[in-house]
Amino acid sequence: MDSYIFYGLTAVLLTLSFFKDKKKTKMALKKAWKAFENILPEFLVVILLVGLMLALLNAGTISKIIGSESGWFGVILASLIGSITLIPGFVAFPMAALLVENGAGYMQIAAFISTLMMVGIVTMPVEIKYFGKKATIGRNMLAFAFSFIVALLIGMVVI
Amino acid sequence: MKKILKRYRGFLIVLIAMLLLTAINYDLGTKALGISLNSIGEMLLIIPPVFILLGLLDIWVPRETMVRYMGEGSGLKGILLAFFIGSAAAGPLYGAFPVAAVFMKKGVKFSNILIFIGAWSTTKIPMFLFEMGSLGSRFAIARLLIDIPGIILIAYILSKIMSREEVEKMYENAKNMD
Repeated sequence: MDSYIFYGLTAVLLTLSFFKDKKKTKMALKKAWKAFENILPEFLVVILLVGLMLALLNAGTISKIIGSESGWFGVILASLIGSITLIPGFVAFPMAALLVENGAGYMQIAAFISTLMMVGIVTMPVEIKYFGKKATIGRNMLAFAFSFIVALLIGMVVI
Repeated sequence: MKKILKRYRGFLIVLIAMLLLTAINYDLGTKALGISLNSIGEMLLIIPPVFILLGLLDIWVPRETMVRYMGEGSGLKGILLAFFIGSAAAGPLYGAFPVAAVFMKKGVKFSNILIFIGAWSTTKIPMFLFEMGSLGSRFAIARLLIDIPGIILIAYILSKIMSREEVEKMYENAKNMD
């Protein structure tokens, strides 16, 4: 749904740009293509790895590991799974709901969702290309630690 | 040709590994390849507008404007804008990195770039609605309220850890991205 809005916005701006200055618009499109092609090899690796991961994991396997009785050990495991895996949001949330139905705890789910979105081991090569090693590792480590705070607070708020 | 081969070496290695896997375990291999193909389709659907918008941004918005709104000394305005742009985005996190590179070129403050990355990763508006539907509004709202200060905190700690030279080097590198 939101991709339609995005396409609409892009089309309007592109048309405006075209009528204002054809040459500049051509340059913008060239830049867009270059930026995309620049990162395409890394994108493709990420996509293949994600495919493999999703083929290996299913809701049953994960909820066995991070049941509501699993406590902080489960939170740690959930964070690790979330950090390594890369699942698009529109798959992740229904999956998380399924995990809860299958007995996963909210704390563990919070850690899983949080690391899933903020920590990306698989995408690190892409991130390093732009941010360098130090900032990339630092950001991912801080986000990993932060996920425990999220788990703790969610555990207190959502029962 | 040789250059292309070298750049796509990683991709080819993983692809061959997955084809080998398919030969060994047909079901798992085809499932993995099928999902990958699906994601490529998704990528082709979501990614073009992101890159076209960043191309337009690069050409049309002057550096001075970006510095004024999101650069050093942009204060709360810069933080809010970084949050807003990141949250309004679509697509996976790795789509945010090329945008961050354009921000660097345009002189956006490092901590604001980190806030933008944080917002793109977890406070996306469509995803929030989706989360409410799946895990309940209590869970989604609580997580959002924890994440907003968290993103700012991570951005500030990280920009303190990085030395001025390291950030400058990163910005210099972004200039050579195209």
